[in-house]
Amino acid sequence: MHRLNILAIHRDTKILATVLRLINTNENWNGIGSTSDEEAVEMFHQQPVGIVLFCAGIDETSEEKLKAIFSTQNPSPIFLQHYGGGSGLLSAEIYEALAKQGH
Amino acid sequence: MANSILHKAESRGHANHGWLDSYHSFSFANYYNPERMNFGVLRVLNDDTVAGGRGFGSHPHDNMEIISIPLEGDLEHEDNLGNVAVIKKGDVQIISAGTGVFHSEKNKNPNQQVQFLQIWLYPNKLNGAPRYDQVSLDVKDRHNNFQQILSPNPTDEGVWVQQDAWFSLGKFDEGFQTTYQIKKPGNGVYAFVLEGDVTINGQALHRRDGFGIWDTDQLNFKADSAGAEVLLMDVPMKF
Repeated sequence: MHRLNILAIHRDTKILATVLRLINTNENWNGIGSTSDEEAVEMFHQQPVGIVLFCAGIDETSEEKLKAIFSTQNPSPIFLQHYGGGSGLLSAEIYEALAKQGH
Repeated sequence: MANSILHKAESRGHANHGWLDSYHSFSFANYYNPERMNFGVLRVLNDDTVAGGRGFGSHPHDNMEIISIPLEGDLEHEDNLGNVAVIKKGDVQIISAGTGVFHSEKNKNPNQQVQFLQIWLYPNKLNGAPRYDQVSLDVKDRHNNFQQILSPNPTDEGVWVQQDAWFSLGKFDEGFQTTYQIKKPGNGVYAFVLEGDVTINGQALHRRDGFGIWDTDQLNFKADSAGAEVLLMDVPMKF
């Protein structure tokens, strides 16, 4: 089955690792991630990404710049603000975003 | 006209992991209910019981205001900001996670369970500096009174939170009646009954029921049983 690629961007390496580990506990999701904007753009270009998770530390300027770059390549990724650092809320945030998109 | 929503105690999500028995008023971890995502900025209300000597190992949080209220037993906190502390009934703890914090919360006593409420609010400002605080309050001050335990003002009673939110706790004699004024226009109140029976705005509530009210500026409260205890969470409805 095709797994949904979820790109997480977080400035903290350790918290990013936790977020990716939690994403990957769902067999239908594939978590990829970066702490830098440049690497995130590269990752986005290398594979189809369904959801981009903006995590802590991403300022408004970076977020807007990344959204503009991502939207140029793929007009329909889901951009999601992730709160909480992985634990507790992550699955519900993704399920809710997918439901809103009619998945 | 006021709006309201009732969450009966038995309708909450439930997960029993053995060492942790948790009831979720809102979607959390493996409990996902699209009708139960939040009440305004109130995103998590977990009613947790942790077995003796057990607890949550070190794990991260970010961009969330996390409030813990012990109801029974002693909870031992440790974080990567250098804080090591124990909280017990009468104390209130806040972690303002901001850009990121790692912490652990463990039951200090090997032979006694700990019960506590774990409450998460969305912050009104992202990516702030992580912060930890706890206060000890005199539980006598909440007898027939809503004692403030949290506010947005660092100099006010209770812990302060990065949000326009106020929490109050009260323990009441049977028949005691009072009103509660909502602190800020646009805020609603989520009432959580810790013990006993109460009536709020005509709605009868029992132990561990939750009742959210918004589009009003005041609540009418009555205690229907001796020793009824209620937590009021006065929070912005929009964020």
